[in-house]
Formats: sequence, C-alpha cells, structure tokens
Amino acid sequence: MMNKDIKSYFPILNQEVNGHKLVYLDSAATSQKPIQVIEAMKQYYEFDNSNVHRGVHTLGNRATDKYEGAREKVRKFINANSTEEIIFTRGTTTALNTVASSYGRANVAEGDEIVITHMEHHSNIIPWQQLAKEKNATLKYIELEADGTLNLEKVRATITPKTKIVSVSMASNVLGTINPIKEIAQIAHANGAVMVADGAQAAPHMKIDVQDLDVDFLGFSGHKMCGPTGIGVLYGKKEHLEKMEPIEFGGEMIDFVGLYDSTWKELPWKFEGGTPIIAGAVGLGAAIDFLTEIGLDNIAEHEHKLAGYAMDQLETIDGLKIFGPRDPMKRCGLVTFNLDDVHPHDVATVLDMNGIAVRAGHHCAQPLMKCLQQVATARASFYLYNTEEDIDRLVAGLRSAKEYFGDVF
Amino acid sequence: MSFNNLDQLYRSVIMDHYKNPRNKGSIEEDAVTIDMNNPTCGDRIHLTLKVTDGIVEDAKFDGEGCSISMSSASMMTQIIKGKKVEEALELAEIFSKMMMGEDYSEKYDLEDVEALQGVSQFPARIKCATLAWKAMEKGVK
Repeated sequence: MMNKDIKSYFPILNQEVNGHKLVYLDSAATSQKPIQVIEAMKQYYEFDNSNVHRGVHTLGNRATDKYEGAREKVRKFINANSTEEIIFTRGTTTALNTVASSYGRANVAEGDEIVITHMEHHSNIIPWQQLAKEKNATLKYIELEADGTLNLEKVRATITPKTKIVSVSMASNVLGTINPIKEIAQIAHANGAVMVADGAQAAPHMKIDVQDLDVDFLGFSGHKMCGPTGIGVLYGKKEHLEKMEPIEFGGEMIDFVGLYDSTWKELPWKFEGGTPIIAGAVGLGAAIDFLTEIGLDNIAEHEHKLAGYAMDQLETIDGLKIFGPRDPMKRCGLVTFNLDDVHPHDVATVLDMNGIAVRAGHHCAQPLMKCLQQVATARASFYLYNTEEDIDRLVAGLRSAKEYFGDVF
Repeated sequence: MSFNNLDQLYRSVIMDHYKNPRNKGSIEEDAVTIDMNNPTCGDRIHLTLKVTDGIVEDAKFDGEGCSISMSSASMMTQIIKGKKVEEALELAEIFSKMMMGEDYSEKYDLEDVEALQGVSQFPARIKCATLAWKAMEKGVK
C-alpha cells in the first residue's frame, strides 16, 4: 500500500499553490488528514453526536461507545496493559504538563534533579523549568554528540540517585534523531527515577510498545499522525496514575460531590474533567485504523528511504548544511538544513512561491538552536504521502532560491 | 520558474540594504536601548537611539534575521535620523498601514522604505518587516 496512490486519500494534497501542484513538507508541524478521518468525524457529528457517560438515550450510548472505542484503539496502538492507562488530552503539551503538575509536584522535592536533553521541544523543557523553580530542584541537560545523537555514557553520567524524573523526546523535531528510549529508561529506573517519553514525533512514524520500552509516561498528539487537532494522549503506568491527583476539576471526573469535599472517578476518567474531545477521539481512532492498515513498519521504512534520498540530493547543492545524524536509519523522516547566505525565511518564501511548504524558524527549540549556533533553520519533513518526486521539487526550489539570491548578491 | 512574484517582495533596493546595511552597530553613549525579537521565528534586533530635544539625532541597529527584517531596520534608521519624535512615530504608523495594505498619508517622502510595499502581499512576512519599527516606537515613546 506504500505507493503513489496514497496521496489520493488526502484531498488537501490535490490542489495548486501559487500556480504549482502543492508539495507538503511540513508534516512534523502537523500532518494532513486522510478522507477516512474526515469521514469518521463527519459521520460522528451527523449521526452520533451526544455527550458521553451520562445519556440514557441511544445517541448517548453511541457517542460513549465511539469515545471509549477510540481509547481501546489507542491502547492497542501503543500496547498498553489496560485502557485505564490511556488519558485523552489536548495534545503532547497537555500530557507533559499533566505529568509535571501532578506527578512532579508530588514527587520532586528541594535538591532533587530532573534530567532532560538539549534537543527537547519547548513543551518538554518549560514544564520542567517551572517545576524545578517551584520546588528548588535542579534541571539538568544531557549534552548532545556532534552529530546530534545521545551518547549513553553521557546519559549515565548525568542521571544520578538524586534524579526523580527523566524526560526525553523519542525523536527530535529538529535533528530527526531517534533516541534510545528503552536504554535511557533502564538507566533512569536503576537510579530510582521515572522515565517520561515525548512521543510527538515518534507516534506518527514508528511502532511504539510502551511495555517493551518500559516508560512510565508517554505523551503524543493526534494531529501529527493523520488525526485532528485538539486531541492527544497521555499514557501512564497504572501504579503512578492511581496515586496521582487530577489537575483539572469539574464535571465528568467526579465520583461524589459534597459541599466541602469531593471524590474522583476511577482511572482514566479522573483526569478528564469537563466534556471530553469526543469527535477528536473518534478522528484519532480512525487515524490509528488507517495507519495500522498501512503498517507502522512500512511507514518507518518509507521515511528512512525518503530521508536518505533527501540527504543525498540536498548534499548536491553547494553551501547547504544538514543538521543531525547522517545515517538515515538513525533519524525519522525529516531533514533540517540551512543554505549559505540565504536566511531560512527567504528560503521558505521562495519555496512557497513554487508551491512547496516547509517550516522555517526555531521550531520551538530555542536552546537547541543555540547549541547548533543557528538563529533559525529550514526543515522539510516527510510522511507516508510524500514521494521522491516531492524531494526533487524541493531540490529544484532550493536551486532557484540560490539562483535568485545569488543574482542579487 | 519566473521570478516575477518574488521580485515583488525582494526589490533590488531591499537587497541592497540587506547586503550593505546602513547604520549598523550600536550607539555607546546616552542612548536608549531596545532589544526585541520575533518569538515565532527568532529574528532579533538591538536598536540604539539618541534622542536630544525631541529629535532623533542618531539611530543604529544590530541583529539577526532574514533579508526583510534586516533591510527594514536599515531603512527605518535611515529615514528617522534627524526627524522629530512625533514624525518618527507618524512614520511608524504610516509604515504599519502600508504593511496592512491600507491607504496611508503621503505627507512624507518614504525614500527607500517604499520598496517594502510588496511585503503586504506576503502575510507571513509582515512581522519580519515591522520588527524594527516596533522597537523604534517602544524606544521613543
């Protein structure tokens, strides 16, 4: 099923932008949505829409079945032990903030350490900065190797018995680096810390087995994996979630409410205050069905190939520098680069005039930009619907950017 | 491809300011200092202004950013030098209208700044062009 026809499932890709057939190379920011996901959400709103977990009526039951059905799909997708461990959130950011605010506040004390890396997205930095400030704890960073990978010796040297939380991205949104989460989790556990994985750039692109990785928490976003915006997942081991306090209070998450005290529902609902993102969960469920049918291994293989092809082609352009590991097997399907003398914004504008969408900027990773000594970079990110032809268009677009700016310089 | 659309954005005068920025540097003494950045893209400007008796006597800038943000800073410092503070603020308002594609007063000769008119056709780039002007407004107010 990994072939050119896959584009036909994505209606948005069938259009012209600035007079050229659209080439969408910004899936690491958000992916496009296949017709299956759009239809599932339309169907939900046209036939089943109702609030969940309360209606005695038929629509209420259908909505509840669909919402809880999506939770089971997520459980299976990451091989969690039970649906009690699957909490629907707004996205990865909310998932990581929930861990920091609930688990973090209860388990991190003055003098303790929280360990992250220099390649994290802002959403896996700031919640820990805030927690460290609040608790007078120390936030430590694992340094990167020159090729943008992590060295397990440095991981071992940074994590100590004082470390309470280790939080690392499974795949970097800038370098593309795929990190050895299972090994880092072992090191964290040997020191008595919990392991948090930021799966935002991993869940769309590779098989995740939370039991095999033995992570304590995992967050990811629906919209980067063919699902809608506004829905994401926090996975947590039941032993932790059971002891954790909710961070949002209100309807839906309560068991008994008195005048001065209340009790919470059982897992996972105690973390889902308010009317949940029902249509979003339905859409995410449809996205999981779609990705599973194609096969995550096939998607990963396709992206490794595209990353390799992209790097080979990009390197033929004089003055183009690629960041992150050169080995395509060590990275997910994105390539971040800069073109000599042409600022990435200018690169992105020239590409846009050619119908090619890339990201330019700091990619919500300012500390990493500092490490790379770049103010901003350009990033082309690939997904299952991208082809070698798309990369050829990118390379041609970059050549015209060079030509254009070369003329005036 | 044809470069016509791009030429709308990157007029040669813009490229000239990008390549040979005017008033690059920093005023060391008696200057108002403004540091501003565009958090969505990392453009950064360090602007120093020397204002005496209500007149912008000198203006210098330093920073990092794309051709649009840096050339706009260069042109802005050029045009406000020697102007009264009220005039500089009026120019900032005119520039803001120009970026929004709205009609603006023809009271001033906009000099090279006029070349930035095409930016209004590129919504994603307007913030690049207005960064230096926002810093200036903050500095003289």
